[in-house]
Amino acid sequence: MAQMTMIQAITDAMRVELKNDENVLVFGEDVGQNGGVFRATEGLQDEFGEDRVFDTPLAESGIGGLAIGLAMEGFRPVPEIQFFGFVFEVMDSISGQMARLRYRSGGHYNAPITVRAPFGGGVHTPELHADSLEGLIAQQPGVKVVIPSTPYEAKGLLISAIRDNDPVVFLEHMKLYRSFRGEVPEDAYTVEIGKADVKREGSDVTLLAYGAMVHSSLKAAEELEKDGISAEVIDLRTVSPVDYETILESVKKTNRVVFVQEAQRQAGIAGQVISEVQERAILHLEAPILRVTAPDTVYAFSDAEEVWLPDHKDIIERVNEVINF
Amino acid sequence: MKQVLENIENQFEMFQVLDEDGKVVNKDDLPDLSDDELKELMRRMVYTRILDQRSIALNRQGRLGFYAPTAGQEASQLGSQFALEQDDFILPGYRDVPQLIWQGLPLYQAFLFSKGHFHGNQFPDEVRALSPQIIIGAQYVQTAGVALGLKKRGKKNVAITYTGDGGTSQGDFYEGINNAGAFKAPAIFVVQNNRFAISVPVEKQTNAKTLAQKAVAAGIEGIQVDGMDVLAVYAATKFARERAVAGEGPTLIETLTYRFGPHTMSGDDPTRYRTEDMDKEWEKKDPLVRFRKYLEGKKLWTEEDENKVIEEAKEDIKKAIKQAEQQPKQKVTDLINHMYEELPTHLQEQKEIYEAKESK
Repeated sequence: MAQMTMIQAITDAMRVELKNDENVLVFGEDVGQNGGVFRATEGLQDEFGEDRVFDTPLAESGIGGLAIGLAMEGFRPVPEIQFFGFVFEVMDSISGQMARLRYRSGGHYNAPITVRAPFGGGVHTPELHADSLEGLIAQQPGVKVVIPSTPYEAKGLLISAIRDNDPVVFLEHMKLYRSFRGEVPEDAYTVEIGKADVKREGSDVTLLAYGAMVHSSLKAAEELEKDGISAEVIDLRTVSPVDYETILESVKKTNRVVFVQEAQRQAGIAGQVISEVQERAILHLEAPILRVTAPDTVYAFSDAEEVWLPDHKDIIERVNEVINF
Repeated sequence: MKQVLENIENQFEMFQVLDEDGKVVNKDDLPDLSDDELKELMRRMVYTRILDQRSIALNRQGRLGFYAPTAGQEASQLGSQFALEQDDFILPGYRDVPQLIWQGLPLYQAFLFSKGHFHGNQFPDEVRALSPQIIIGAQYVQTAGVALGLKKRGKKNVAITYTGDGGTSQGDFYEGINNAGAFKAPAIFVVQNNRFAISVPVEKQTNAKTLAQKAVAAGIEGIQVDGMDVLAVYAATKFARERAVAGEGPTLIETLTYRFGPHTMSGDDPTRYRTEDMDKEWEKKDPLVRFRKYLEGKKLWTEEDENKVIEEAKEDIKKAIKQAEQQPKQKVTDLINHMYEELPTHLQEQKEIYEAKESK
């Protein structure tokens, strides 16, 4: 099996699906000859031609509109938004339009669109490049939000997203793009959307996370192990819809939960998931569910980014609180 | 009908004052600038070129953060800024830091902006400007608002904004120029057409022959200018400014220019989308070379003058980067303090947590 970085796995997923389905189209700003600013579409235009992989004018709202329109003609668009901080420009296309297409046409139309975008902090970008805005999209019924944390899952989830007949926002954490390699099969395979994954088994506490925070949680779990605390780490993988079954199974075993998210504390995925868990499993809980999050400011100026972002030490602190409750 | 259609297409000719050899090709439009003003304009261009070279080096050394190179665009940036008054309002894009500097932003603050420190955005009162916009086109819609405000206050000032060729594809671009036109607001919209939006050539950006002609649909004045000719850019901006304060409405200025460097210092590789021949062709149009030749012809500029500016710039940059580096690292508590006029309770609580964390 090939060893790939997450970004290579993402490119590979698009390559496989461009090959499998002639209706798949990849487009966005700089995705053609340039291969994308992160090189996620590297080589795809050379391989599949400008008809299937193409640059668009610099207009995010325009890209969203193109995707919806192309879907009407039976295509399966995979547009890239260059940085997810630019989502505000294409918010109407995503939340106002593609998420509602099936609903408002009574099932007559659907939007098999996968909006890919890099997001997430820790790489010293200018403002509006690193924000975790998944909560904003997850609040919109009608669109799925997928966030992989490993190369294997990135490929399998992206293939699933492209094949999905409903719109999927597929968010790629910039810090994970090239930080490590993993085994990735060369053929097409899928990882189910809406299914969480137990990344590490444990019995004392459940850590719920997604994106880069899965890796911070795993690091925390390793350190906690030395103190005799056994932490289970669950990677949500899809933050809308959430796989409560896997989460509740774990909660019933460990009776303690800490939710780890890179996004700010207010609203967001953690708030939603915790609310559901306490509704469904309050009698299984030995302690309040705590959160590790960024503070409620706009995303940090890069000079203060390191303190602003949650890390494994913050997780350990919170775990100790729920253990000693 | 054919004739009518052709007339529309041919409406936009490039406005030029100096040719590539620094010769005046358009005497009627030669701006009325004194010898001292001409020399000052040259000084600023040389200084800004050095600043660009040093900023790239400092970025590579890890001493600066986000940086979008400016070499090649000096005439577009500085020629337009030179036509402004101190109380005019600038809404720059992320490459337009030089205009802010020459409007009075201290260099060390420009460096702090690059380093991702909010003090870089705490402008002195006399610099009427927003910090460089990251979202392409957002500054265009806001410019219509600033200009409308100036008009409502009866001020004889303008709002000027900058974007690139790619920016003209955004919806915000059209909304901005249309709103300003509808309100006859004193706005100047500059499009620095440097041929590439990161990697995408302007030919793929639009089917329009010129970007200046986009003014027609908004019912505002539009002009395409040689963006490597500082006197042409100055003259066009001066014209736009005079019309604007006279209540005649906004102007769209397209400057034909080129960035010699990469899009930003964050991994862009221009060899992926530009040829060496194209780079060479545009280097011949270098705005500094052209203006220097013009001034040398008038006996206004010598090698000695040039070296003096280079030394001055290097000295200033050295001091400014030191000052920027001495700025206390910003804290999360500082960020929290700037969220609202009055801190809500939950942020007060979070502030205490970070106070404890950051005092460790």
